[in-house]
Amino acid sequence: MSYNIISYALITLAMILATVLTRFLPFLFFPAGKKTPKYVIYLGNTLPYATIGLLVVYCLRGVSFTAHPYGLPEVLSIAVIAVLHIWKGNSLLSIGGGTALYMVLIQTFFK
Amino acid sequence: MENQYKKMEALKYAFPKTLPIMAGYLVLGAAFGILMRVNGFGIFWALLWSVFVYAGSLQYLGITFFTALVNPWYALFMSVMLNARHLFYGLSMVDQLKDAGRFRPYLIFSMTDETFSVLCSEQVPDHLSRNWVYFFIAALDQLYWVFGTLAGAIAGTMIQFDTAGMDFALTALFTVIFIDQWKSRKDHRPACIGVISSVLCVMLFGKDVFIVPAMVVIISVITIGYWKTKDKEERI
Repeated sequence: MSYNIISYALITLAMILATVLTRFLPFLFFPAGKKTPKYVIYLGNTLPYATIGLLVVYCLRGVSFTAHPYGLPEVLSIAVIAVLHIWKGNSLLSIGGGTALYMVLIQTFFK
Repeated sequence: MENQYKKMEALKYAFPKTLPIMAGYLVLGAAFGILMRVNGFGIFWALLWSVFVYAGSLQYLGITFFTALVNPWYALFMSVMLNARHLFYGLSMVDQLKDAGRFRPYLIFSMTDETFSVLCSEQVPDHLSRNWVYFFIAALDQLYWVFGTLAGAIAGTMIQFDTAGMDFALTALFTVIFIDQWKSRKDHRPACIGVISSVLCVMLFGKDVFIVPAMVVIISVITIGYWKTKDKEERI
């Protein structure tokens, strides 16, 4: 039992360390006092756009387009989100509507 | 007094910005709390993680670390791999957080996928305190996450309705931000690079390990773009 608790604590420590390390490292390389290199400013202007693209793919990484239901719930829901968002521009409506549709789709039609 | 007013104004501005994340974090946080409980780990660990680890997908993965009682070094390695995308957020925010002063450490620590996605495209109006707006957005987000975790860990299996598919809120959130960013910028190349590189890497390397290769490809392509524009400037 006590052995388990020590293991749990060490694993937790490792997870905290990993988060702190990956979040703080860039700031240690480029401290606030110094002039930020041009290249890093350029990254700041371009990377966020690429990263959100990466995150969308990351969320959909488990979707199979070759087996039933061929990614249809995801594709349909994202299409609806896109149409809603371009049309109304209301984030809550787009996210709420898209998520509700997805839940209905996978719980009923694509069960 | 004036400082109090400044804070209130910043909070009033920040709160609506966090609403989409509130929905996502309450659901995902609660789901995490429930999973911890179902696997036999109490409120203590769940809360400890949500306060000090504060990384959604890592906390989900962490449950498997606990159930398998893995070697802490293995846990560290896997956690760094999964969290590596945060290096990108840091690189993107280095300049933006330059003047954040005493808020800087917390803002850096609390830069989750969602908080980053809101802050990176945030243009705070001039009459508001930028640092307080940033801080409230970041702190509210973590509050939702911790509260969701707590609710999930307490409620356990009491939830009656079918929550399957609720985690799609996260995908929806990123899609909406993607569209907003697409509309706000004429140059769509970075967005396209992000999507195309990631899709190619999923196909090449598989869904479990594609993140790091995708990051390498993205940063390489963007760096090539940087050298090309730099050459042009120098020629002019």
